[in-house]
Amino acid sequence: MPLTKEELLFIEAKAHEHRRTIVETTIWAGSGHIGGALSMIDVTTLLYSRFMCIDPENDKWEDRDRFILSKGHAGIGFVAILADIGYIDRKELETFNLTGSKFGIHLDSNRVPGVDASTGSLGHGLSIALGTALAAQQLGKEYRTFCLLGDGECQEGSVWEAAMAIAHFNPPNLVTLVDRNHAQIDGMTEDVMPLEPFADKWCAFGFHTVTVDGHDFEAMNDAISEALDRRDIPTCIILDTCKGKGIGFCEGKYEWHYGGITQEMAKEAMRDLEAYYESRLAAIEKKGVE
Amino acid sequence: MGISFTSINQTKLSTSEVYCETLCELAEQNPRIVALTADLGKSSKIGEFMKKFPDRFYQFGIAEQNMYGVAAGMAKAGLIPFTSSFAIFTSCRALDQVHTDICYQKANVKMISSHAGTSFGQAGSTHHATEDIAIMRSMANLIVIVPADGIETANVVRAAVEYEGPVYIRINRGFDQLVYRELDYGYEIGKAVQLTEGTDVTIIACGSGVFQSVQAAAELDAIGIKARVLNMHTIKPIDKDAILKACHDTRRILTVEDHTVIGGLGGAVAEVIAESGMSCAFRRLGLQDCFSPIGYHEDLMAIHGIDTNGIVKAVHDLLQLDFEDDDDWEDEV
Repeated sequence: MPLTKEELLFIEAKAHEHRRTIVETTIWAGSGHIGGALSMIDVTTLLYSRFMCIDPENDKWEDRDRFILSKGHAGIGFVAILADIGYIDRKELETFNLTGSKFGIHLDSNRVPGVDASTGSLGHGLSIALGTALAAQQLGKEYRTFCLLGDGECQEGSVWEAAMAIAHFNPPNLVTLVDRNHAQIDGMTEDVMPLEPFADKWCAFGFHTVTVDGHDFEAMNDAISEALDRRDIPTCIILDTCKGKGIGFCEGKYEWHYGGITQEMAKEAMRDLEAYYESRLAAIEKKGVE
Repeated sequence: MGISFTSINQTKLSTSEVYCETLCELAEQNPRIVALTADLGKSSKIGEFMKKFPDRFYQFGIAEQNMYGVAAGMAKAGLIPFTSSFAIFTSCRALDQVHTDICYQKANVKMISSHAGTSFGQAGSTHHATEDIAIMRSMANLIVIVPADGIETANVVRAAVEYEGPVYIRINRGFDQLVYRELDYGYEIGKAVQLTEGTDVTIIACGSGVFQSVQAAAELDAIGIKARVLNMHTIKPIDKDAILKACHDTRRILTVEDHTVIGGLGGAVAEVIAESGMSCAFRRLGLQDCFSPIGYHEDLMAIHGIDTNGIVKAVHDLLQLDFEDDDDWEDEV
């Protein structure tokens, strides 16, 4: 189902709120993986607003949909969503990274409600997602599994072991998404270790591969809906994104894979985010979504 | 859960085949059991499971990292995955997935790791697993078990299903010599089994070292040396009480393992003794910080001094060792 204007505005507002939370949490935490959190927050917001069937009152519910954040370093973005939907108390975000806290950079599935896998060592999530999806099939359950990878992470050989196996088993209800923000710690992906032709690689491994603008909710909504309907081969959705999206001094810069921000920078970031949000709303009006 | 093994089965079946037969029996009773392998279904003898439960058998090809990650995902969703691979690949090739996906997450995965120690001797050190006990013992949340023979493997597999959490089970390639004749000897995870009585020395062994130790104890007995043999099948959590009692009663301890002497069974026993404050004569038999040459398993055990002759010789050496001969332990603790 296409997004209605009302839904689109709701998701835009949520994503804006989450971007602000990422900045706030980065200040509380001292530093954070701000770049990759901002590039993936749109798709994650969309998944949790529209697709994920979960019960924050019962995080162990066996029939819940699963979300595996394979790019585990973006946990600082994920907690913004977990706090918003009630898995954790928003006040707890102030403890992020602090000694004794429930959470730090990489989230622990045994300690943070709503986290389906402890990720952080890259190249693991897709295998865990496959196991989760195969278990659904084995146990006769209908839940869906969404796995979000980073693009740099796809330099890990284990990602392709998992990709090969997903194409082979093709369990229903598994959707692979890649946050293609083009940057990693040491530089741009194509300078560090080129991934292109990236989509062709996924195709060659047996995936129906679609590339969409990872900041366009309508395009992502269509792609995810299509992936859930498609049963003949698995789908990989490559989300063309911008690292640090929404904050001028971060956007497109690999240096903002991880970093700290001062109060001054935070003010500037918040101003940028307001302007970014306004521009998004204006674009919706201009486009005239029904 | 019931299983129905006898020593007759064991004489006909390799240890891996015993594992598979046992798993099939348990899988009949527990629909959550699934089996996974990474192109080692044939080598690890899991083929029978594949025939009986084709829908519960998963073949991942030569991709161990993916297999252990998938197993973790399956376990988190409620299945009981049994992975079959070689011990060297579980403990080295896929260790990051074993560490993070399985142990850190406390995923209920049972890692059957075969061709352990030098049991695949001809294959050389690329396929020997002589560091795995030390590696796996250091993983938090993980139970580490080295069964002595096929019968014990059957008991371990049953106990692993009943235990909720990750378990590493290290078995040998091919046939193990019989230590046990029947299943019902009171197997319990974490409880060493005393196989012979003795007050002169205690031989603490695991895996293929257990049979050799029992043989050695019989030879020693013929010349009047009474050796206690402990089958320390569970390396973690180790049976501290049995070690300390042995230390107290015999004051001479020898460990035997088909594994490097660094950090394995011998290391684990040494830690317990050292922290107890007791003193005793102590030696570790195993690979002396080396890679093994190639050869037949029994020959390699002789080369590394972990066969009957090597154990007997080590006991004689141990009996010559001088240490503070004081019957009053209390003043030393």
